[in-house]
Amino acid sequence: MMLEVTNLAKSYGDVPAIADLTFGVAAQEFVCIVGPSGCGKTTLLKCLSGLLEPSRGTAVLDGTTVDGPPETLALVFQEYSRSLLPWKTVLDNVLLPLRAKGLDKAEQRRLAMESLAEVGLADFTHAYPWQLSGGMQQRVAIARALAYQPKVLLMDEPFASVDAQTRAELEDLILKVRRHFGITVVLVTHDIDEAVYLADRVVVLTKRPTKVAEVIDIDLPDDRDQVTTRESPEFAHLRGQVARLIVGAQPGDADTTNVGVAS
Amino acid sequence: MTAAPTVEPAGTPTASTAPRPSVRRRRGGGRLLPLATTVGILVVAELVLRSGVLGSEFPAVSSVVAALITEVSNAAFWDRLYQTVQSWLIGFSLAAIIALPLGLLLASTRFLFRSTRLIIDFLRPIPPLAILPLAVLLLGSGTSMKVWLVAFSAVWPMLFQTIYGAHDVDGVARDTARSYGLGRAQIYRHVVIPGALPYIATGVRLAATIALVVTIATELIVGSAGLGYRINQVRYGGDMTTMYALILVAGLLGWLSTAASRALEKRLLFWHPSQRQAGGGQ
Repeated sequence: MMLEVTNLAKSYGDVPAIADLTFGVAAQEFVCIVGPSGCGKTTLLKCLSGLLEPSRGTAVLDGTTVDGPPETLALVFQEYSRSLLPWKTVLDNVLLPLRAKGLDKAEQRRLAMESLAEVGLADFTHAYPWQLSGGMQQRVAIARALAYQPKVLLMDEPFASVDAQTRAELEDLILKVRRHFGITVVLVTHDIDEAVYLADRVVVLTKRPTKVAEVIDIDLPDDRDQVTTRESPEFAHLRGQVARLIVGAQPGDADTTNVGVAS
Repeated sequence: MTAAPTVEPAGTPTASTAPRPSVRRRRGGGRLLPLATTVGILVVAELVLRSGVLGSEFPAVSSVVAALITEVSNAAFWDRLYQTVQSWLIGFSLAAIIALPLGLLLASTRFLFRSTRLIIDFLRPIPPLAILPLAVLLLGSGTSMKVWLVAFSAVWPMLFQTIYGAHDVDGVARDTARSYGLGRAQIYRHVVIPGALPYIATGVRLAATIALVVTIATELIVGSAGLGYRINQVRYGGDMTTMYALILVAGLLGWLSTAASRALEKRLLFWHPSQRQAGGGQ
């Protein structure tokens, strides 16, 4: 397992956000986490990325328990316009995380240029983020994550702030990147279609306090297509399966379907 | 947010260098309008003052300009101007050297911020001129007293703006830097300080103006060498026209200070929404 979450819980004071989560993500797997609004998805990602300390339980990343931001993990936020630094050029934004890695300048530059080329922004290195469209800005954020050379890419609703067409483009970009780099991806979304389209497995969460409602294998063919994949009966069936879980997800009745929760 | 992707303001390396006449013309008009208004007001003032309806305390604009020319052709004027500008700039710089690092330090931990808050909130509202007698008692009426009083007055806006700015840095930007394993010093250098810069710039601009006010007021009240002292001196001598000329000089200093701050802001904050040129992105 590349990422193993065991009995993870997080409360803010007396208010429980995450009750008890247990799930695993295999190396090079693409896992989408979906759940009803306000189910603590962002809290979960912050715990996984070491920005928040869980109240109980552990997240083990590539054999190491997460107790601070791990070097093998990169995080992409939904709010690209806030996560990119407006006073730095596209290239400098991508170079920023490499400063902490102790690589020499030429190597930093090579990695940054390579990942910008990967997301199709090689010609925009000297532009500033605010001169680019939303979709392009999120590409910069993805390039920055790739340049960091993580084993796991964590994405927090990365495509929720762009229009539908850009969203489809970015979804296909991330599938390509994942194949290309053999990277493990954990993507949080509230969009059921997106989860089914992208994932190898979908982890469905309950409402707060959050538990795992069910883990659903998405056995769609590997090379997915925005049109044909989405119109297939299998897609519709899987989509319905996830949707029913989310609509029916109540804090109380989660226990019966929960996976790996003691008692 | 999803504006045209490749519209870039001039000055960036990838920007197209095509001239944008419409923008330029508008900018030219922006400079001409206030100039025309000012000249118009001066002409009206001249006519009204010459007509004598306001009495003789108010000299005509042309007489003030003439007095100004006489005053500036005197070497002593430049010496006094130097005294004022020197105290102003040294006091202001001293305040900046204290306030900016201290502000960043106080903003860096909750403990420091909370433990110093009461004393700062107490010291801040003290009008600098209220402690003028104390300053004279401790430091005499010379330049060093003036400089310290100016520094005391200029420290607060910069200190507070720095603290607010550092606190207001986007949580997502900070989390991003943290998630990529950047250390505290790196986060300060790359995220917190540039992020706080718009606030700091406002603090600097306010502080520079306040520092000038306190410099001249101190000279007026205590009589330390400088423009303020000279204003009082010519007033005692009954030379109202020269007094107005000197007030005009003080006004020009204030205007220069604001113009310099604005130019600096334009350079440093080119990325900030308030400074981005028309058509640049969002």
